[in-house]
Amino acid sequence: MGIAFWIVAALTIAGSLAAVLFRNLVHCALALTVAFAGLALLFLQLDAQFAGFVQILVYVGAVAILVVFAILLTRSSETPKDGGVFSTTWLAGLVIAAAIFAVLGWALLQSLAGLAQQSATPSVTVQQIGNALMGRYVLPLEIVASLLTAALIGAVIVALHEKKQEAE
Amino acid sequence: MIEKADQIFILLRNWLVSFLPPAWQTAAGVVLGVIGIIAVFPGLFAITTVLERKGIGRMQNRLGPNRVGPFGILQPIADAIKSLTKEDVIPTNADGVVHFLAPVYLVVVAFMGFAVLPVGRNMVLVDMDASLLFYFAMGASTEVSIFMAGWSSRNKYSLLGAMRAVAQMISYEVPLLLSSVVIVMMTGSLSLVKIVEAQNQYTWGLPHWYIFTPWGFAGFIMYAIAGTAETNRSPFDLPEGESELVAGYFTEYSGFKFALFFLAEYLGMLSISGLGTTLFLGGWSAPLAALTWVPSWFWFFSKVMLSIVVFIWIRGTLPRLRQDQLMNFAWKFVIPMTLLNLFVAAIWRFMGEGWLRWIVSSSILIVVYIAVARAGMRRKHFGPRSYRYAD
Amino acid sequence: MLGEGILKGLAETARNFAGSFVSKERMTTVEYPEERAPLPEASRVFPFLVYDGSDWQAGMRCVACQICEKECPPKCIYIEKSKDKKPDYTGKLQIYPARFDIDISVCMSCQICVEVCPFEAIKMDTEFELSTTDRFGGLLYDRKQLARSNEYYHSIHPTEASEVDARLADEKAKADAKAKAAAEAAKAKAAAAAATPTNAAPATKSQLAQPTADPASQESKG
Repeated sequence: MGIAFWIVAALTIAGSLAAVLFRNLVHCALALTVAFAGLALLFLQLDAQFAGFVQILVYVGAVAILVVFAILLTRSSETPKDGGVFSTTWLAGLVIAAAIFAVLGWALLQSLAGLAQQSATPSVTVQQIGNALMGRYVLPLEIVASLLTAALIGAVIVALHEKKQEAE
Repeated sequence: MIEKADQIFILLRNWLVSFLPPAWQTAAGVVLGVIGIIAVFPGLFAITTVLERKGIGRMQNRLGPNRVGPFGILQPIADAIKSLTKEDVIPTNADGVVHFLAPVYLVVVAFMGFAVLPVGRNMVLVDMDASLLFYFAMGASTEVSIFMAGWSSRNKYSLLGAMRAVAQMISYEVPLLLSSVVIVMMTGSLSLVKIVEAQNQYTWGLPHWYIFTPWGFAGFIMYAIAGTAETNRSPFDLPEGESELVAGYFTEYSGFKFALFFLAEYLGMLSISGLGTTLFLGGWSAPLAALTWVPSWFWFFSKVMLSIVVFIWIRGTLPRLRQDQLMNFAWKFVIPMTLLNLFVAAIWRFMGEGWLRWIVSSSILIVVYIAVARAGMRRKHFGPRSYRYAD
Repeated sequence: MLGEGILKGLAETARNFAGSFVSKERMTTVEYPEERAPLPEASRVFPFLVYDGSDWQAGMRCVACQICEKECPPKCIYIEKSKDKKPDYTGKLQIYPARFDIDISVCMSCQICVEVCPFEAIKMDTEFELSTTDRFGGLLYDRKQLARSNEYYHSIHPTEASEVDARLADEKAKADAKAKAAAEAAKAKAAAAAATPTNAAPATKSQLAQPTADPASQESKG
């Protein structure tokens, strides 16, 4: 874990903190994009090339744009009215976040104990990922594909329905 | 001797790097490669701007700029001086940080795409297993910066132009990737170096470029259409058309930042041409087996400049597409054709060698193309207009 | 077929591109400061005063009748008459303009002054590169700056100038013939006046002389 890891980790944490602390919603979305990019760099550090580049392609290229469009089309990006960015139920939020962190940390440490015996990180090539997706994991792949198709069709129907209602 | 001419830049780099201690040599080699990219591609950008203005001028029965150098060759220098010395106007309401970062980010991402293009034999800056994926990841990141530029100006026209540009780029991202996926399928690797090497074989003196196969030809046309739309280039330049939205998402930029947007657009054009030549036109391989003595980087750059000339030609010829026509075209024509192309390429692969697979592939593509074209060109019958009034 | 229009368009543009190097009709640019596009003959910019011969003061056709000054819509002409007279092209003594100023920053090139001038003295010039750095008097032209020779008029408006010359020549011929007839009539009258006091025979000679004078005067009147 060299200096590069610490720099990227600091960048990711800074991005995520900025995403919750900024006043302007679009600034938050852009900071979230930085956090996504930081995650991608972490993937690349672990030599998972496919995961890293797909993270950039999907998250920075599509999800960030989606978030930004959603912000722009649903509410104007004004500063919050009062009370700043902290909500009134911040204690409950802190407890829940701490609980999730504890669970995830426990799961990670448990799996690390099993991984410590391996000497080198296995390098997974794109070809192996492709074979796995088409061989062993083809059912989950098809289910996810049909889920996305259903979401697309649902969005089109909802938009169409609204137009028909307005036209009447 | 031929070897030397071909590898002259590699030899030059190795010689320069040999002066340093061994611990620093790889890093210095990479830095020299980066310097090479930063020197060559903006130089090509300058040449492209002159070529475009003179070429489009001649197509429109007029001379292009011809005052600055002999035949106007030094015009980019005049443009650079002009953009550097113009006042940098930032609107008061504009979001300062985002307004500043948008062109910077765009140029950074545009340059990153060049890192994986194999410019010649053994001449690629970074050789990764998933280099094509890296290229597309960088291409997708440009959309964020365009949105940043449009939003930070706090100008409704800029915002509208940015939204249109982003919608257009997302829509055409899909056929761009799908037409490249065909190449990946046939080569069996995501690495651009391997893709070029797979095309570097010759049969009866003719090369195995993918454009000479039916699915490759169709894929190349889809790729060209999608690439033109990705870089916001005519006829898909609605986001930046002057008569439509002033200048779209870079209305509020002046001086050097505008020049950076311009640079990023042309670099995007060069980079898409570079990827197109790598995927479909054989990268640095020579067109005939007899011509392999010419250095490989010469072939790469000639093919890239030929693509640029075709870009300029199309810009001078076609009128602009309206936003809804553009989107209809993407989703209703180009994407189905690229999916069909995948299917045809699979048929090609599994039919084995021989003339039969040529006939089957070509006929499927041509028949579907004509059917879709006939269906699309039927006259639309419009009913009586209905009006919806705002309440 | 889909795409056919695009290919035809590309071919047309390519033809334009290639043709622009060789044919004149595909490269219609006139590179301005070095070349000039030819102006049509009836083009007009600002007026000038025509003079015949080589001396601009002696040959100037303008007689300071001030009709153009009165008819000019923006009133850009200012004329002062002279005190003495000089002979015009028919030999008759006419006054001439001591001052004839046109303010070309006001002139609107309507050509009314040309249309109303009875003496063909003011015509329209075609020179348009008249910018000057003197903002106070640079665009106020006096009669010396406005004077141009008849040869210059021929060079810029050849057909018009030939017509004007023909008309002026006709009038000059008429005036000359009238002058000659008047001279002959005067001479005959003088001869008759000298002949009658001496005797009747010279009177008959004078009576004989008169009929010969009449056809000549009738010719000149006809």
